Amino acid sequence: MIERQYDHPDKIYVQVEATFYPDGRIEPKSFLWDDGRRFDIDRVTDVRRAASLKAGGIGTRYTCKVLGRTAYLYREEDKWFMERR
Amino acid sequence: MFLGGEYVSPKERVILHSDMNNFYASVECLHRPEIRGKAVVVGGDEEARHGIVLAKNYIAKKAGIKTAETLWQARIKCPGLIVVPPNYPLYLRYAKYAREIYECYTDQIEPFGLDEAWLDVSGNDGVMVADEIRQRIKAELGVTVSIGVSYNKIFAKLGSDIKKPDATTLVSRENYQAIAWPLPVGDLLYVGPSTQKKLYWQGVSTIGELAAMPVDCLQRLLGKVGCVLHAFANGLDQSPVARLSQESLIKSIGNSTTTPRDLVCDDDVRILLFVLCESVCARMREQGVLSRTVAITLRDSELFSVDRQDKLKAPSCISGEIADAAMQLFRQHYTWHQPIRSLGVRCTDLVPAGGLQQISFFDDEVNRQRREALERTVDSIRNRFGHSSVQRAAVWADQPLGSINPKGDHVIHPVGYFKDGMKA
Repeated sequence: MIERQYDHPDKIYVQVEATFYPDGRIEPKSFLWDDGRRFDIDRVTDVRRAASLKAGGIGTRYTCKVLGRTAYLYREEDKWFMERR
Repeated sequence: MFLGGEYVSPKERVILHSDMNNFYASVECLHRPEIRGKAVVVGGDEEARHGIVLAKNYIAKKAGIKTAETLWQARIKCPGLIVVPPNYPLYLRYAKYAREIYECYTDQIEPFGLDEAWLDVSGNDGVMVADEIRQRIKAELGVTVSIGVSYNKIFAKLGSDIKKPDATTLVSRENYQAIAWPLPVGDLLYVGPSTQKKLYWQGVSTIGELAAMPVDCLQRLLGKVGCVLHAFANGLDQSPVARLSQESLIKSIGNSTTTPRDLVCDDDVRILLFVLCESVCARMREQGVLSRTVAITLRDSELFSVDRQDKLKAPSCISGEIADAAMQLFRQHYTWHQPIRSLGVRCTDLVPAGGLQQISFFDDEVNRQRREALERTVDSIRNRFGHSSVQRAAVWADQPLGSINPKGDHVIHPVGYFKDGMKA
């Protein structure tokens, strides 16, 4: 059986560029927002598993600094999503 | 050493029982923000006649909805009820994540279904560990758990049922009489409706009353399980929490299904038995085991159940042989007084394949080996091209019945508490 996916307007699946390190770590470098703008991630300050109540999902949460602001990027198995602000 | 602030001897075990609250419904509500705050149940497929409540959230519970009642009954109790279909792969993923959290505290984890597990955290402050696990599951998985902390598995499980949601309950040697004994006897593991009725006629309605009953009376009344329940009620259960590696020991492999329409004749049963036996045998081959005993379970349209089993002549994982044995059992024990609603096949008494085997002078062993090789080939074709790429001609006689894929749709259910048999 395949896991059914749920759509929600506050859950934005995004295209991500990331570096895969030999030790298995993954560091996201930039993402493409749903309006076509690309944002560079300046720094990842925290990585942990977390639930997103707003978007409805769980995954590995990367706390990212983007243009001086904090943004959460979630890796849900092999897809990435963000919460709409 | 301390168990929730109280001193206990170093040999005393500290056992947690963690139970995810309204598991399926909580996961659905987390993943679908739009249904939060409404009455929600996770329900089976009504068209396939699996239309019962599998799980409910607290709002649905308040409306009086009970697990396992039919969806139409639930809708009458609660107009506007939201019914969502189950998403088992998602629940499996949650169970895996929860386990990863438990593994940070101990390697002695014994799952009981997808949403419950016992953890042996002896040597630690049980309540402190339980509170930490609760907080982590809430933050990392977005659902809540209730945890019972005790010195045996039975009281730990009772404890996890006492305060919900998101709570820790300590059942210690000091307070178990105050906490566990006033509870209804039906809350105890292995006290089902029929045992409850027998106890009721003896004036036993609480766990405390069960504990006070002389053990020989209980044994006369209930047999072997009487001694076990006496030990359970008095907090004397010694069964260990299984270690990670022991969990994989399989006692039986089986599949059952509620059919899209009632079965009315031997041919219907034969088709379904083929489908079920193929799945069971493919799973036995995956696990590298052979079976020596075949059991069938059936339930008629009046929901009356029958369970029968028989030994095989030789250990086997050949679906034709298993299906023949199952069909013979069926013919011996069912007279078609009612149509049949659900059917199951279970292979038990498992032995490792590849070991030494007694072969028979009288059976055609070469032919048996050929049939097994043929089925392995079918397995590999199905693995590559999908379940429906190769099928028996017999299952084409009735498409809705024949197209059931029990192996692909297989979902994990709790195994029995007594994995190694009941020890009184």
